[in-house]
Amino acid sequence: MLLRTASIRRVRRLAPLFCAIALVLAGCSPDHYAQTALRPISDFGRIGDDIQTTTLKWAIVVFVLVEGALLYAIFRFRGKPTDPEPSQVHGNTTIEIVWTVIPALILAAIAVPTVRGIFQTNITPAADALEVQVIGHQWWWEFRYPTLNLTTANELHIPVGQTVSLKMGTVDVVHSFWPPRFAGKRDLFPNRETRLWFKAEEAGEYPGQCAEFCGIQHARMAFRVRAQSPEEFQAWAAHMQSLRANPAAAVAAPKDSVQTVSAGATVQAQAAGPDDPQYAAGEKLFQAKGCVACHSLNAFDAPKGMIGPNLANVGDRSYIGAGTLKNTDENLARWIENPQLIKQGVLMPNLGVTPEDAKALVAYLRAHQ
Amino acid sequence: MATSALDQQRAHAAAGHGEQTGLWSWLTTVDHKRIGILYGATAFAFFLLGGIEALLLRIQLGTPDNTFLAPDTFNQLFTMHGTTMIFLAIMPLSAMFFNFMIPLQIGARDVAFPRLNAFSYWVFLAGGLLLNSSFLFGLAPDQGWYGYANLTSRQYSPGMNVDFWLLGLQILGIASLAAAVNFFVTILNMRAPGMKLMRMPMFVWMSFITQVLLLLAFPVITVALILLMFDRFFGTNFFVPSGGGDPLLWQHLFWVFGHPEVYILVLPAFGIISEVLPVFSRKPLFGYAAMVFSGVFIAFLGFGVWSHHMFTTGMGPIADTFFALTTMLIAVPTGVKVFNWLGTVWGGSIQYRTPMYFALGFIAMFVIGGLSGVMHSSPPADLQQNDSYFIVAHFHYVLFGGSIFGLTAGAYYWWPKMSGRMLNETLGKVHFWLMLIGFNLTFFPMHILGLNGMPRRVYTYPAGLGFETLNQLETVGAFILALSFLVFLINIFRTARGPHNAPADPWNGATLEWAIPSPPQEWNFAEVPVVHGRDALWEAKRERGGPLPEPPRVSGKGIHLPNPSYWPLVSGIGVLTTVGGVLAFPHFGPWVSMAGAAILFLGVFGWAFEPAG
Repeated sequence: MLLRTASIRRVRRLAPLFCAIALVLAGCSPDHYAQTALRPISDFGRIGDDIQTTTLKWAIVVFVLVEGALLYAIFRFRGKPTDPEPSQVHGNTTIEIVWTVIPALILAAIAVPTVRGIFQTNITPAADALEVQVIGHQWWWEFRYPTLNLTTANELHIPVGQTVSLKMGTVDVVHSFWPPRFAGKRDLFPNRETRLWFKAEEAGEYPGQCAEFCGIQHARMAFRVRAQSPEEFQAWAAHMQSLRANPAAAVAAPKDSVQTVSAGATVQAQAAGPDDPQYAAGEKLFQAKGCVACHSLNAFDAPKGMIGPNLANVGDRSYIGAGTLKNTDENLARWIENPQLIKQGVLMPNLGVTPEDAKALVAYLRAHQ
Repeated sequence: MATSALDQQRAHAAAGHGEQTGLWSWLTTVDHKRIGILYGATAFAFFLLGGIEALLLRIQLGTPDNTFLAPDTFNQLFTMHGTTMIFLAIMPLSAMFFNFMIPLQIGARDVAFPRLNAFSYWVFLAGGLLLNSSFLFGLAPDQGWYGYANLTSRQYSPGMNVDFWLLGLQILGIASLAAAVNFFVTILNMRAPGMKLMRMPMFVWMSFITQVLLLLAFPVITVALILLMFDRFFGTNFFVPSGGGDPLLWQHLFWVFGHPEVYILVLPAFGIISEVLPVFSRKPLFGYAAMVFSGVFIAFLGFGVWSHHMFTTGMGPIADTFFALTTMLIAVPTGVKVFNWLGTVWGGSIQYRTPMYFALGFIAMFVIGGLSGVMHSSPPADLQQNDSYFIVAHFHYVLFGGSIFGLTAGAYYWWPKMSGRMLNETLGKVHFWLMLIGFNLTFFPMHILGLNGMPRRVYTYPAGLGFETLNQLETVGAFILALSFLVFLINIFRTARGPHNAPADPWNGATLEWAIPSPPQEWNFAEVPVVHGRDALWEAKRERGGPLPEPPRVSGKGIHLPNPSYWPLVSGIGVLTTVGGVLAFPHFGPWVSMAGAAILFLGVFGWAFEPAG
């Protein structure tokens, strides 16, 4: 009886601890996190996730057993200085062999799916895969579709249900491409092609970001993956192919039915047309301020080696500055006026753009969708 | 000030034989115990500095899109936090115990090369000062403690930040290598008669393995840093892709050093725990031989797992498989250690003193770090975990939950021996509980954040990804953790004003350091002990049928000890000046380096021809 109340009191004393644990667990659900790696929606992502789940289960079993034994020992073998010396055990060969062999068996249970997973994730994707070149830049992403002769930046459009085969490299330092909902990371090296592939299973817009420290703005090197139904993707590709040096054959921008994952990510404003005076002023400024030196407006047959991101469909993107700001007119204007204030160290210099000029440039860029 | 019988005895003994005091005696000391104290005080100061850096990082990350720290400041602070904690805090805190305890535990009067020992300390201090002097210029290293090429090339890091880092580390490497040679030889050659290898205390064993790791791992980083130095200063292209170099080479070189480095950081703590648990369980270490060989095995395997830091580089299925399996294999000897610690406690008569709290806390926390380690031994899973906060959680459970808990256990355990004063038990336990709670609040949520998509080394994160709540919790935890060390400081300063109240053997110790007065006299052992088995002091007490009488402080007449020497300090200044001059290359730097080389030559010359005493 006495022992009982004592243990209840002990449990009561631990109540704040349980509260803290409950609080942490409340923040545990992966659905709470837009960029979670625990809700894979691709074949590649599932391979790693399955292994991780297996390993985690074993880890929890071992954790409970070891910590349980430790806690038991802590309470059970409490001694006083006046107690007689406990029995002086130096070891026990049988027990020691047992607790060497059992962990080895558990590890074998993890090793088998691991090796299988390694070989599965290292296969070369089939020929019908959509090839995309991923090129890392300080601090933005270039995506090129060689079969479609298309180039875009910071938003990777992919069709659902078709494997995409990413071939990756960087023009400057080492980066790492991480689209957590679809796959783990793969590093990008100069002069060395690395590969990653996955087949998206659900349409939507999903965040990802650079995972290898790459300089002052590593934190602001994010991207979006827009997984679209095959039809929508085809429409998008056809539209993009019309965004070329000679825009005679412009195809209307497809209506975007994609649901964004993080609330309020898609925030396109009404775009002005080429007849708008603001648009014309912006077009002039785009030349006069030297924007063209670093940014191409051609999605089709775009020049290689540009320093800044391709802006052919910038008006349509969810974010600007590689995930730095939501793509609203106000934000775009702020960015154009003073990129160094928003993303210190970014390669785009402050070009002395007045608020008036910025408005015109926003109108011009917003029309590029 | 209160005085105890021990104080009076101490004053009497000091008056009799003129114990050295004053600044000059510290600058010229070659006494391993004083050098140990220098290491400990310096490393603890760096530890607090690294902790303050961490608090600043945590304030910045406490809220999304925070502008508390500028991006470049954040990058400097996270680089210096990692570099400081690894090279300037945990390694030299271990070195404090190597210095103070290895000779005492093996029954020696000093280390094999006392002046080299002093040299190691001065060079370590020089490296730490050079690294941190970068803050004065606003040019602290900003490329991460692992310094991945080709971000470190002159093209992408034109400032001197990387130079401070690579030259500072180079100097620290000299200190580590010199110390490693010293302790390697000391342990092999200076053991008291009868102390066979398999009778050595487990702390000495784990320290010995650590020295072997240092000797084999540090040359690799030395080479890598020299290559990087040539790239940055002399226009070579080892890691520069435009010149045909390969950044991936750096990653291999770095991790061939970097992974054994992990065991360099944690094996000494393993050793400390293996001393503390038996003493406070009043029971010998369970499975002594298994503990020795698992340590050796861990060290050996530690050289065959480096590429598990590089699964995301796309090495191909064969390399991935090899490094995955070796990494999993390393969990077996580590598990053996944990189970043997449990076996030591099991059936014991546990005395709940502060060192034991930290030792038990070590087991509980280190197990979590070990298990998350197994989780990223599997490459397909690691592709998600790597470079995320899950990794940050993992290695803090190993290096804080493991190394720091272990070193703190060692600090409370050996404090009476080193200072002659007992630390306050209540404050010690308050320290423990605050540290345990603060530590888990800070680092456990990082597991969740990492798996849910939060990458490492980001100076901020946008609102809306769900990272806010747990980051805030972590920041609160970090301050609780800081508070716990404030309690430790209070404990130290309070007792420092008190009397010398520590008896020779306050814990019923098993090993030789408890056979001599606290703190030990300069010569350690008035009479070199003869050892007849493991746990030599327990054996002696058992034979006598009770505790030993308090050993008297004696005159050291006739005991040969090395003379104090300022040549190690001169040589250390020479090393600092030689390497530091490179910073100012190609301007006046070469002249500084030449002057430094002259000082170093003078130092070594004076050292070599100094009369032995």
